[in-house]
Amino acid sequence: MRSGYYLPIVAVLLFGAMIARALAATIQITTTDLVFAPAEVSAKVGDTIQWINTDVFVHTATAHNGDFDVMMPPKTAVTSVLTRAGTVEYYCRFHPNMKAVLTIAP
Amino acid sequence: MFIRLSAAIAALSLLGSPALAQGAKPTDPQIAHIAYTAGVIDINAAKQAIAKASNKEVKSFAQDMVRDHEAVNKQALDLVKKLKVTPEDNDTSKTLSKQAADKLAELDKLKGAEYDKAYVANEVAYHKAVNSALETQLIPSASNAELKSLLQTGLKIFQGHQQHAEQVAAKLK
Repeated sequence: MRSGYYLPIVAVLLFGAMIARALAATIQITTTDLVFAPAEVSAKVGDTIQWINTDVFVHTATAHNGDFDVMMPPKTAVTSVLTRAGTVEYYCRFHPNMKAVLTIAP
Repeated sequence: MFIRLSAAIAALSLLGSPALAQGAKPTDPQIAHIAYTAGVIDINAAKQAIAKASNKEVKSFAQDMVRDHEAVNKQALDLVKKLKVTPEDNDTSKTLSKQAADKLAELDKLKGAEYDKAYVANEVAYHKAVNSALETQLIPSASNAELKSLLQTGLKIFQGHQQHAEQVAAKLK
């Protein structure tokens, strides 16, 4: 059977994906009283950011370089996955004096 | 021409006047009413700006004002309901409303870039006045802890609005 030949490859791909997922971390960034906390976060490509907005106001996490623009509805948590490495300064479009930095390793 | 402070701001500064500072401390129901009224005034000004402003950034600033002030006022309504407090109309709220209506009429006569500048300049001045009233009068006078904490959150967000308005104003020059 030809399909038997593919099986190990499929297995490697599957496990590979699982290992990658196991290594990827979930990092929480919270907005409370119009402040991103922690203000500086180090992460890796593939990590998930859980954006927790405890305010009654809508916020965004918007990268200055255009890499991400996450909408954060009031009293809600949303997630996004980091896809590109770099030091990314981001801010809230609605409250531009809310600023923070994500350092994303490859 | 826009150096003249809006009348509403003059009314807010009354809060800091010696007459009120000497004894006539506003009560919680009055504070709730003043804070709510101040929010409504800014929402109305922003709605006018959404309809009239020509600059994209001014329009989106106005949308931010509606969103945030409505959120704060909803919190305020929820709180007064929870505390079973009836917001109490008072001279400060009345003067605020009357003078804000005059300012709205004055702004309504302006058009284009002239309107944009006048609206944003008034937003800077108005938030400055509201913040100073919150800091020096309303927050220290509030006796209920939850009301005090809501006013403090309000102060934080309005300080942000003031800075945002200043940034927008600087770009319009």
